[in-house]
Amino acid sequence: MRHQLATFKLDDRLYGVDVARVQEALKMQAHTPVPHAPEAVAGLVNLRGQVVLMVDLRARLGRAPYGPEDEPMMMVVNIDGEPVSLLVDQVGDVLELDGDSFGPPPPTLEESLQEVVTGVYSLEEDLLLSLDVDLAAQV
Amino acid sequence: MDAMDEIVREFVVESYENLDQLDQDLVALESDSSSRALLSSVFRTIHTIKGTSGFLAFGNLESLTHVGENLLAELRDGKRVMTQLTADVLLKMVDSVRDLLGVIESTGTEGTIDTSAIVAEIQAVLDDPTGGAGTETAAPAEPVDEAAAEEAIEAAVAALHEDDEDDADDADDVDEAPEAEAEVEPVAEKPAAEKPAPKIGKKIVAKPDTAPAKPAAPAAPAAAAKPAEETKTTEETPVRSAAEQSIRVDVDVLDALMRHVGELVLARNAMTNLAADMDDPALVRASQRLSLIATELQQGVMKTRMQPIDHVWNKVPRMVRDISSALGRKVRLDMVGKDTELDRGVLEAIKDPLTHLIRNAIDHGIETPADRAKAGKPEQGVLGLRAYHQGGQVVIEIADDGKGIDPDVISAKAIEKGLKTAGQIESMSPQDILQLLFLPGFSTAEKVTNVSGRGVGMDVVKTKIDSIGGVVDVQSTPGTGTTWRLRIPLTLAIMPALTVECADEVFAIPQVNLLELLAIDDKLTGIDHVGDAPVYRLRGQLLPLVDLRDVLGRDKRESLEGAVITVLQADGGRFGLLVDKVRNTEEIVAKPIATAIKTIGLYAGATLLGDGSVTLILDIPAVARRALELTETQIDVHDEAALRGDTEQMLVVAVGEGRQLAMPLGAVTRLERLSAEVLETVGGATVMQYRDRITPVVDLAQMLGSGAAFREELAFIICTRGDRTVALVANEVVDIVDSTAEERSEVSGYGLLGSIVVKDKVTELLDLEAAVTQADAAFYEVEEHVFNQSEVAELIGAGKGA
Repeated sequence: MRHQLATFKLDDRLYGVDVARVQEALKMQAHTPVPHAPEAVAGLVNLRGQVVLMVDLRARLGRAPYGPEDEPMMMVVNIDGEPVSLLVDQVGDVLELDGDSFGPPPPTLEESLQEVVTGVYSLEEDLLLSLDVDLAAQV
Repeated sequence: MDAMDEIVREFVVESYENLDQLDQDLVALESDSSSRALLSSVFRTIHTIKGTSGFLAFGNLESLTHVGENLLAELRDGKRVMTQLTADVLLKMVDSVRDLLGVIESTGTEGTIDTSAIVAEIQAVLDDPTGGAGTETAAPAEPVDEAAAEEAIEAAVAALHEDDEDDADDADDVDEAPEAEAEVEPVAEKPAAEKPAPKIGKKIVAKPDTAPAKPAAPAAPAAAAKPAEETKTTEETPVRSAAEQSIRVDVDVLDALMRHVGELVLARNAMTNLAADMDDPALVRASQRLSLIATELQQGVMKTRMQPIDHVWNKVPRMVRDISSALGRKVRLDMVGKDTELDRGVLEAIKDPLTHLIRNAIDHGIETPADRAKAGKPEQGVLGLRAYHQGGQVVIEIADDGKGIDPDVISAKAIEKGLKTAGQIESMSPQDILQLLFLPGFSTAEKVTNVSGRGVGMDVVKTKIDSIGGVVDVQSTPGTGTTWRLRIPLTLAIMPALTVECADEVFAIPQVNLLELLAIDDKLTGIDHVGDAPVYRLRGQLLPLVDLRDVLGRDKRESLEGAVITVLQADGGRFGLLVDKVRNTEEIVAKPIATAIKTIGLYAGATLLGDGSVTLILDIPAVARRALELTETQIDVHDEAALRGDTEQMLVVAVGEGRQLAMPLGAVTRLERLSAEVLETVGGATVMQYRDRITPVVDLAQMLGSGAAFREELAFIICTRGDRTVALVANEVVDIVDSTAEERSEVSGYGLLGSIVVKDKVTELLDLEAAVTQADAAFYEVEEHVFNQSEVAELIGAGKGA
């Protein structure tokens, strides 16, 4: 069994989500903040005429949210047929991975990641955390 | 009348469709004269037209289709076979029907088309057992008819001889005379207005005395007169016929179209924005043109989705009848504005709330005939439905003349159910108390009935109306009735909105909530504070102010200077929302937003502005609730007394005989309109029961020697000081005006201080103190009621943010 994962970096860690769920990767765009929204909601962005929710994945994974000077990238994923934009540090390659290299999340993983990380692929020189994209996009 | 037109219209459209089919069927019949199925189909069509035209009182059309039907019945039943002649007359009949329909369509009446000739022709065929071809073997269908026809022939011939001078030359041309002889018979039988004047053959029919040409239907009479030539009515009429004018379209197609137009509107907004920045005249022109076309297209598409409110209302009479008989009420239904059009989506959404409000009005509003008689009202109550357009919205009113809603009952209920504390109720005006009806779990029915009162009442109405961006409010006068008013956007898809700025962010406020805009000048005119909370004096009412910055948790405003107050309406209450700047009005298209944002409960949706940015649409009722517990917003006018400025606001009332009186509004606690019946006399003094207290009353007209006011309804000016209350009675409240001391002149009499000019009319200045002390000498001896800090906080709750 081989899996195709779209990867991205966040705080120097490598993450991956099912490539079939990824619609596109874009540079950060002007967005509208939403007062009183949960911290993980970065705002709303106009994606070719569609109003799309922007999720600050850093905040979602229990880290400090992006500041105004940061320039994250947008990874637009499909959640229940609607696009949601995940903010990540940098979008990486699509990797084809062998099911053999897949293992359960290590117990040492921070608590904030436990619920969204489905497992870990061990690459040659790195570990790749596989995310449940539905849970990650949920705020 | 309009409902009738609608029916006629549908009839015309339907009949046109049927006639096209009929033409084909008849032609097919000629080649296959034995087809029973074809004959039955033709028969049914004509039968339907006959039935409906009889119902709609189109006598000519009915008589024409009646003979046609007779002929077809014989054909269908095999008593007669199809011949060339039979087919000819039948086709002629179809043409005549078409002509008649044309006239009905354009004028709404049958006009003056004369059908007797064609009727006669058909009758002649009917009466001729040979069917004109000698092959007919069947016996005549109705011997009675035959006998009658014979008489008719005689009559016709006689009439012809009496009245044939000017017909003579025409008659010479007529070679089918034998065929036409019998025509008088069916016509003479009809009570309809057509003249049974002798008309032989086809050409005479068009004579001016029998068929005066009506300008409204120029082509029709002539065409009807010459069916043989098969002249079409449509040949020079520029108007398309009903059948050509309407097509059936799948609603989904319209919905998709509307969505696309919504997108186009947004794209147009973006374009306009860009063009404005580019400063290229050609581009500006092109974008203006685009803008114009987009607007027209939008209106056009919106129109396709519009349906008259009658689509919902037409079920109301039956409903009212059923409910009122079930509850033993007598109710007359008045409906005004049936033509008012609404988007079909909106129409669908108001169905349930409307039903509920109507039921409620009959159940809780209108009393039983016995109670009404006791209250001195006619036994039959009136339920009024009114719909009209106002400021880009549709207003629907449901009014009854029943017992009204007693604020005290509502208050007691609210306290009993733990929805409000007695202290909170105390500080609420009657109008605010009525709003409690919309709280979930509120039902005032003393007993639960089948019809209403299950405690899932008004809050459901409100939720439903909220969900389509509408507003519902209620006004009621105990004893005289209740009016529910729904204000609903014309369409759900595209709405006009005001864009405002707050802390460098832009938000959209739906126009439906917006009443007016006020700019705060550098002197902060009109701004006052009750405790810490800012209020604005708006025409004698204190308008609580809420700062959008506080609502959104943004940086505090340093100064009110330069800010703009948007006066908003939400659930029957008004408040002022402070924003930094007003940008624009824009047509916006509400886009769905993620649940995470919906659950915040401040935003109705999001939209794209012309510059492509996403903007949140504020959910004004939610903002109001969040910011100030709306039921406590309206502050009684008497707070005003503490806040009086240089110019004084004067209340102007009419006291009959054209006299107007002015008094300082600040001294007035409340204004009420009540029935004159509340006045009672105790020991020579006039009193009334007001808020469970016996309150002395001064009739201003009487006091000033103008004679007592005799009107069914009076304006009561309530002045309260401490625990003492005095009511002054006038005919009606005219106005509230600003007046400075210099404007006053000193012409006075008893009870007057002078006069001022209000809108070109001399208005006497009432010596309020004299008037009040006449009723209650001790009135001014009480300590003036001063708000303490905690009360103020409870009253307003503004400026606390969310």
